[in-house]
Amino acid sequence: MSPMLHSILAFVQTWWAELLCAVLIVLVVPLIVGYIVLVERKVMADMQARLGPMRVGPHGLLQPIADALKLLSKEDLIPDNADQFIFWLAPVLSMTAALTSMGAVAFGPWFQVARDINIGLLFVVGVSALSPFGIVLGGWASNNHYSIIGALRSTAQLISYETTAGFALVSGFLLAGTLNVRTIVETQRNDHAWYLFLAPVGFFTYLIASIAETNRAPFDLPEAESELVAGYMTEYSGFRWSLYFLAEYANMIVVASVGTTLFLGGWLRPFPNVHWLRWLDAGPTLLLAAVGAYCVYRAGKQPARAQSLFMWAVALACFVVATIFALASPFNHLPLQKMHDGLYGAFWFLFKVSAYIYLFMWLRFTLPRFRFDQLMRLGWHILIPLAIINVVGVAVALALTSEFGWNRWLAMAITTLVTLGAALFLVRWNDKYSAAASAALLADSSIVEETHAG
Amino acid sequence: MMPIGHYLFLSLALFLIGAIGVITRRNVIIVLMSIELILNAVNINLVAFSRYFGDVAGQVFALFIIADAAAEAAVGLGIIIAFFRNRETVLADEMDLLKW
Amino acid sequence: MLDSVIFYFFAGIAVVSAALMVTRRNAIHSAVFLITTLLATAGIFLQLRAEFLFIAQIILYVGGIMVLFIFVIMLVRLDIPLPQIRSGLQKWIALFVALAVGVEAGVVIFLARKAPGQGLLIPNPAPADKLHPNTEELAKGLFDSYLLPFEIASVLLLVAMVGAVVMAKKRTDAP
Repeated sequence: MSPMLHSILAFVQTWWAELLCAVLIVLVVPLIVGYIVLVERKVMADMQARLGPMRVGPHGLLQPIADALKLLSKEDLIPDNADQFIFWLAPVLSMTAALTSMGAVAFGPWFQVARDINIGLLFVVGVSALSPFGIVLGGWASNNHYSIIGALRSTAQLISYETTAGFALVSGFLLAGTLNVRTIVETQRNDHAWYLFLAPVGFFTYLIASIAETNRAPFDLPEAESELVAGYMTEYSGFRWSLYFLAEYANMIVVASVGTTLFLGGWLRPFPNVHWLRWLDAGPTLLLAAVGAYCVYRAGKQPARAQSLFMWAVALACFVVATIFALASPFNHLPLQKMHDGLYGAFWFLFKVSAYIYLFMWLRFTLPRFRFDQLMRLGWHILIPLAIINVVGVAVALALTSEFGWNRWLAMAITTLVTLGAALFLVRWNDKYSAAASAALLADSSIVEETHAG
Repeated sequence: MMPIGHYLFLSLALFLIGAIGVITRRNVIIVLMSIELILNAVNINLVAFSRYFGDVAGQVFALFIIADAAAEAAVGLGIIIAFFRNRETVLADEMDLLKW
Repeated sequence: MLDSVIFYFFAGIAVVSAALMVTRRNAIHSAVFLITTLLATAGIFLQLRAEFLFIAQIILYVGGIMVLFIFVIMLVRLDIPLPQIRSGLQKWIALFVALAVGVEAGVVIFLARKAPGQGLLIPNPAPADKLHPNTEELAKGLFDSYLLPFEIASVLLLVAMVGAVVMAKKRTDAP
């Protein structure tokens, strides 16, 4: 037994940092997801001119805990003719795919489970490709018409937009020249530019595709409450439903992280190489101190003593974290540089990911839902050709830069203009074509025959 | 690094299980899935030898086999759907007429 | 040590899932077990340091082909669970032949005496840390030496796409 124990100890000794990150991800992500749900409800309330959850804790901060307790204590209902094995397996698959894909995401320069793997970001994209299974198997196993229609629609949407997301990411990979996560961010530092500015069409295509990938509005027909009850999640209650929900929000974090790493500069602070913007290094400290000061200002204006005490507590927490950042800042070039880089890098990364997720929420509460055929048309007729043209354009621009010595920014700007022209053409051509196609679709009686025979 | 025999035996085991599936199952879709299993067994073989000889040709070939399997699965399933629409069955026993 | 643990883990999952796959009566259960077999095969690729093939297997095979299979199984779902294996003698013959071939090959691979000049002459593989990065190697192979098969594979995929659409499209002209 002893040689096995020795090898296990050697394994833990070599990989302790990665194992710690993995354990932290599995423990902390469900809690964070719960609070992202609370943030979403607060943002929704803000955009609808109301307050959101305020009752459960101070400003509703214990709402996720209450929700989790409620979901855990609900009765576990399994429909009568449901396939027991698949019914159990589907939410587990969704959750596993979402959490495993977080393994290769680097939340800051030193927080990554799968470091230095060759395929880097492609691992995240590939394992996220397992998420349609949880959906389609869950919908099928529920033995319910609404579930299966929702599941098939959702899976069709996911696989359609996966291609677009992949092509958009490929244009970023072409610019970076590598798939390794750390090298992508270092290359963005060395190139003095986030790839958002070099390949904006790629970023915006990826943004739209990632909204569709996570079944968020305006692409949320599969889980639209007014149309399909809850789509593939109809028959799931209690803990199983919470696994699906967790998987959806974890997927949101993952796609935001991939977009941030590849297009928004990962864990670099804005303008990492500009000398006169060096004071942005103290960004976290200044930001948190500003938030703390605002809380102190508002604390005096609260009507009840409990509320002003709560504001003082929040202000204290902000000042404490700001002090931690400030104390870590002199370690910029000393042996504790890893800690400094990790802390500040994680802050900037999470800041950008939060901005990305806020954009998701903003779009959800602003835009109406797409109809399914409009969704499919957008994916296949407009976004995929656009993404392909973008990849070809970026490749041509890179070839021009390296072979013929053109200026990189000039080549990329020309590519962007050409791709935008192609996008305009695609949209105009589609508008002309879609009116005729919709009429033909509605008049086509073979659709009715399909649903009867199938 | 395991001795090459282990990978060859694994590949053979999967190949034989796939072959049993192709021969014994009635449902044509499961026959197609067993064919995919056979292709995977071949892939393991190729990649193992590619690693042992240090030649990337094995992995390139395996990648082509994956692409080819995708094409074959798509066309095969299209044929099954067309057949199902005509004869309402996916059992191999009942697909016994060339033209009716 | 770690290598052999990983190999036996993935190999065990692959063989057990494959055996379960060919014996289930429910087609969706077979599909789920094929998914686990494919994931285990991807694990074997990873253990062989073929990282790009590992992720290509997951994206293409599991994320693409198996979704297609599950869609089609749902479309042609028959409600009566019919006996799925052909009558009697055929499955025992198949099992017997498979076992015979397996035992024979096992003897050749593992037990045959290797006299000089005979047996499996495989050179020692390169140790893992001296390998070139796998994605770059594969890319060099695909775009340098094997460019023609690459282009032909893309034409093949185009043909397959058109063929699948034609086969599965509903005929609007009455026969």
